[in-house]
Amino acid sequence: MSNDINLTKTLRERRIIFLLLVLAVAIPIIFPLGLKTHSTPLTEKAFELIESTPAGSPVIISFDYDPSTVTELQPMAIAIIEHAWRKNHKIIAMAMWPQGSQMADMAFAEVQKKFGEEKVYGVDYVNLGYKPGGMVIIQAMGRNLKTVFPKDTAMIDYDDIPILKNIKTIKEIKYVVSLSAGDPGLRDWIMTANGKFGIPVAGGTTAVSAPGFLPYVNDQNQLSGLLGGLKAAAEYELLLGYEGTASRGMNPQSVAHIFILMLIVAGNIRVWRNRKKEKMAKEVKNG
Amino acid sequence: MKNLHLILLFLLIGIFAFATSEGTETYTAEDAPWDDGTAVLHRWNLSAKWEFLSLQKADSLGVYQEIFNEFSPSGQFKETGLNPDTKYQYRLVAYNKERSDSTSLFSETTTQQQWFAMNKLPLLILLVIVCSSVLYYILSARKGKELFIRRISGLDSIDEAIGRATEKGKPILFVPGISDLGDIQTIAALNILNQVAMKSAEYGTEILVPCRFSMVMSAARETVKDGYLKAGKPDAYKEDNIFYVTDDQFGFVAGVDGIMLRELPAANFFLGAFWAESLILAETGFTTGAIQTAGTGQPHQLPFFVVSCDYTLIGEELYAASAYLSRDPQQLGSLKGQDFGKLLTIILILAGIIAEIAGLGWFKNFFEGVF
Amino acid sequence: MKSKIPQFLAFISGVVILVAAFIPHTPFGMFEETLTNWFMIISSFAILLGQSSLIQSNLAKISQKAPDWKYHIATLVSFGAMLIFGLLWGMENTPGILGQGEKIAENLGAKPFDYLFEYAFMPLSSTMFSLLAFYIASAAYRAFIFKTFESNLLLITAVIVMLGRTSFATVLTSWIPDSLHFLRLPELTDFIMQYPNTAAQRAILISAALGVVGASLRIILGIERSYLGGDK
Repeated sequence: MSNDINLTKTLRERRIIFLLLVLAVAIPIIFPLGLKTHSTPLTEKAFELIESTPAGSPVIISFDYDPSTVTELQPMAIAIIEHAWRKNHKIIAMAMWPQGSQMADMAFAEVQKKFGEEKVYGVDYVNLGYKPGGMVIIQAMGRNLKTVFPKDTAMIDYDDIPILKNIKTIKEIKYVVSLSAGDPGLRDWIMTANGKFGIPVAGGTTAVSAPGFLPYVNDQNQLSGLLGGLKAAAEYELLLGYEGTASRGMNPQSVAHIFILMLIVAGNIRVWRNRKKEKMAKEVKNG
Repeated sequence: MKNLHLILLFLLIGIFAFATSEGTETYTAEDAPWDDGTAVLHRWNLSAKWEFLSLQKADSLGVYQEIFNEFSPSGQFKETGLNPDTKYQYRLVAYNKERSDSTSLFSETTTQQQWFAMNKLPLLILLVIVCSSVLYYILSARKGKELFIRRISGLDSIDEAIGRATEKGKPILFVPGISDLGDIQTIAALNILNQVAMKSAEYGTEILVPCRFSMVMSAARETVKDGYLKAGKPDAYKEDNIFYVTDDQFGFVAGVDGIMLRELPAANFFLGAFWAESLILAETGFTTGAIQTAGTGQPHQLPFFVVSCDYTLIGEELYAASAYLSRDPQQLGSLKGQDFGKLLTIILILAGIIAEIAGLGWFKNFFEGVF
Repeated sequence: MKSKIPQFLAFISGVVILVAAFIPHTPFGMFEETLTNWFMIISSFAILLGQSSLIQSNLAKISQKAPDWKYHIATLVSFGAMLIFGLLWGMENTPGILGQGEKIAENLGAKPFDYLFEYAFMPLSSTMFSLLAFYIASAAYRAFIFKTFESNLLLITAVIVMLGRTSFATVLTSWIPDSLHFLRLPELTDFIMQYPNTAAQRAILISAALGVVGASLRIILGIERSYLGGDK
């Protein structure tokens, strides 16, 4: 019975916390605080990979996420496409998640606006769409890209797409960026594209998944840079010299973090008071 | 006359020196080592006077076509996508546009398929050692050797969780992760599901298994059916209780959350691979007051499960669970073999640290496949 | 017999893939290629299996008038609508049976599939993900409590990392002199994430990888077969 009472109390407290969190996020969106972020080595490493790749290089951006994580991963996609296009890289987009293909189209459309629609589909970028199979797909791409993607999303034959003319396998790709919300995703690219074919791989993940990929950023360069969550996306925007959705999103996120810290303090005070009460009750009982 | 000889000698030395300096301009095309014969490694060393290069390959008509043109005085380029056991001819043209000067270097090579990827030798050695130790302990267990396995409280609690569900007359929810059947974590989860299904059949408690992938659903159906059969209650098995929800990550989470809130299962099992959705699932389960057991090989999701679940299987415990629950000596033997693998890893890490401090680079190189 | 054939297939596939990893020569690469191609084909067919399961289980709930059966109608209607719109007019650049549906796209601003995707599916999915923020807040409130030495250490580390990940971190500790720059919150956060955190993650990863080796070996050798549905 007392367990049920505690559960009801916890549920009530949760609702208050949820309401306060809504306010902590909403207020900085309505009244921006103008907070600035700074770049960190992991983001700089990913930036450097793209920056140092020669113009005209074919590259893969894998959209391994769906609309649920769009707030964190789409700003990364936009920033990376913009950077790759600034360096005149030829982008081959693909997806290991069913809705990733649409995410790619939306990101390309967004960056095209900045480039005045000068980038030509099929010449500067292509969307090969979704393929199920995860790691197996990447292995198959190492043998023959055309057999995996005989047509793009616009149903154009592989051989009729100028960007793919000289690309037989994934081994000709200069780098892969996987924007990944889970499985299949970045881990498969690290293990196969980098581990098996030696292609540099950089990744973008949600903030909650980022710590799991840190061991791969090592001397072996299993991962050539990692963007973890909205903050990393904001850092990338900073490195590219513009303020996008990620930079604007950092204000509410920072306030939310501070709010959570305040909650931790409140939680500790609550526990301390309960302990004190219990102690007093014990003393009274013992006379 | 002597002076003339000396002058001639100096001239000869000068010409020789000039000739050898020009001679350092090298270009080689070699079959890439230890591969399936589909790559050629190009290496060149050019003098500083050149500004551009063009690496060309002869096509079937003997016409050279450019395959690479990024200039560097010395460098290498790995050409891939070639046919095995085929002869290729190359030409490297270095030129300087301003001085209208150029040089051509030629090379040819035949791609060859290798019988062993030598760079993977350290991996093979480690694999053989670890697999041998696993097999050794499996055989020892078969011969009846007693093996000690530490307690895993998360697994000991399964009976308690199912018992509580039976008392309350509520179902059990089992989520075998959000990964496909190709992930070993999913297989490990299905092996545990077999034991959980067997116990739930014994207790007469309903088990719900929502799946994110249809292949996982088919395997889960077979697994649960087998559990019911082992418990001697094949008629109690309901195929519809193991169902596909959606491939979409958070669509799946919404579906499972809905089930938790509507059906109010008394015991939740989240076992397998989980990503950002772990806390959403576990916290929703927490609000329903269910006993929760979670386990994943994803280290970064463990903190979320630890906070919201009653019991958490950490990394390897997930893979060990099936052996632990079944108490099958052969399976337990394999766990012992894994422990040997851990000991070996610790020894190698320490040896690596000592070797690097002592400047013995070969140790690290060996494990990187550089000989 | 029913499980003997799958066991045999698991053994053969496992051994072939393992050997092909070390022998690049034909025919091993070809075997691996064939097996991976089969996997891709099966994965694609499995999508159909999933759809049929979805329809079957929801129809069963509706016909049985199970509790909250109306939700199951919503699922089937949503599924049907997306399927039909996708088939008729396609999505993005991909044409459907009736072509690109320019007229409808003109009225709606997008193809019907894309319209629903962007204005219904995307906000709903994002909403689900955003729940994470609320749950993190309430879990932090419950979990980070001063108690034992370990929990105190966890609490202090969490506070540093959380603060270090905000834009306030730079402002709060910019006064620290350059000689003690490592004490600035962003740098302290990077240190915690890069060293103690990565070390622990690696330890768990290595032991989990060994677990994978053991489990794979058990599966290849047919010692572990409950995932196949037992010994029948």
